[in-house]
Amino acid sequence: MSRETSLVTADWVAENINNPQVAIIEVDEDTTLYAQGHIENAITFNWREDLQDGLRRDIISKEGFELLLSKSGIANDTTVILYGGNNNWFAAYAYWYFKLYGHQDVRLLDGGRKRWELDARPFVTEVPTRTATRYVAKDQDLSLRAFRDEVVSAINVQNLVDVRSPAEFSGELAAPAHLPQEGGQVKGHVPTAKNIPWSKAANEDGTFKSDAELKEIYTAAGVDLAKKTIAYCRIGERSAFSWFVLHELLGVTKVKNYDGSWTEYGSLVGVPVEIGA
Amino acid sequence: MKTCGARPGGPSTDGIDLTKQTVIQGIVLRFREADSQRLNRLRDGIDDAVPNGVAVSNGYVRLLDASGEFTAEVPTNAEGQFRFFAAPGAWTLVVQAPGARAEKKVVAERGNVTDLVITI
Repeated sequence: MSRETSLVTADWVAENINNPQVAIIEVDEDTTLYAQGHIENAITFNWREDLQDGLRRDIISKEGFELLLSKSGIANDTTVILYGGNNNWFAAYAYWYFKLYGHQDVRLLDGGRKRWELDARPFVTEVPTRTATRYVAKDQDLSLRAFRDEVVSAINVQNLVDVRSPAEFSGELAAPAHLPQEGGQVKGHVPTAKNIPWSKAANEDGTFKSDAELKEIYTAAGVDLAKKTIAYCRIGERSAFSWFVLHELLGVTKVKNYDGSWTEYGSLVGVPVEIGA
Repeated sequence: MKTCGARPGGPSTDGIDLTKQTVIQGIVLRFREADSQRLNRLRDGIDDAVPNGVAVSNGYVRLLDASGEFTAEVPTNAEGQFRFFAAPGAWTLVVQAPGARAEKKVVAERGNVTDLVITI
C-alpha cells in the first residue's frame, strides 16, 4: 500500500463528486455533524448504529457489512472515499472495516472534514440516494485484527503501540479529554507498550505528515518496524488511524488493530497493567 | 446590545457532575469591524454595550497538555461553543477557523468550570 492508493486530496474529491464510480462516505464520532452539512453527494455511516454489532460487543458480521453496503449502493468495484471529523478517526476506523472485509478500492480524504472546512469548501444538507447493490464481502482478514489473548502474549515480544494521549497512557485520564471520563475498570497501559499518540502523525490541519516524518516518529520511539505490531487506543478508532499510517501509508505489513483496546484490556481480570509515563 | 441574562461562554453544565469532572469550555467569536469599534468605545468608557461577535460555528478547538502534546480536539457547535473534560493543571487551547488561528493558555481545576470567550 502507499499514499497514492490510500489517500485522496480535497481537490480530487471536488472533481469526483458526481463520479458514479465513487461513493463518498462521512463517518463521524459526533453523528449529528452530517445532518448539519456534508460534502455534496456524500452518504453517512453511523459508527454506533451501522458499525457495531449492537447486541454483543463486536464489529458487525460479514453479512451485516454486506447488507450495509448493499443498501448504501456500494458495489464491490466502487471507489470508496471516507472522511470525517476528529482528524478522520472514525473514517479511519471505517477504512479498517472495509479492508477487514476485503474491499478493493478505499481511500481517505486527507485532512478529513476539518481540512475541507478550513478551506471554506461548501457543505450541503441534501441527502443523496444511491441505487441498492448486492455487495459480497470476503471473510474477515484476521491479519489486520488483534484479540485480547494476542495482546497479552505480545507483551515483551511484539511492538505494542498505545496511540492514546500521554495523559491516558499514564493513567491520569480514562478517556480523551473531549469525552466524559469513563473507560476501562482501571487506568494505565499494557506493559512494554510505547506511547505514540495518533496525533503525532497528523499536521494541525488534520492532513498526514510526510512518509519520512511518519517513519521517524515510530523509529525514534523505539519501534522496530520489522517486528509484528499491535496498535490500540481506548475503543479502537484512534488505533485504526495509526494502523492506517503504518499499514497503508508506510506499507508495514505485520500491523494489527486491537479494536477491544483499553475498554476491554483495562477491564480484564488478572492481566498486567502499568501506570506512569 | 445587551443580551439579557445570557452568560457568555460554553454550553450549559446541567447534568454534568462537576465534583468529578474538570471542565474547560467556552465560545469562539469572530469580531466584525463594528464590534471592534464598539469594543474600543467600551474600553474608553463611552459605551456600556457588551460587544457581541459572530459565533464561529465552523471552528476547531484543540487541547494541548502542559508539554504542548495534543490531547483532544472538538469542532465548535452551531453557537460557536466547545467543551473538554480535562484534568486539573495547565493546558493550551488552539482555535482554528477558516483564515484564523488563536492560542489561549488556561489552568483548569476540578469543580470549577473554566469558561472562556475566545475571539479571533
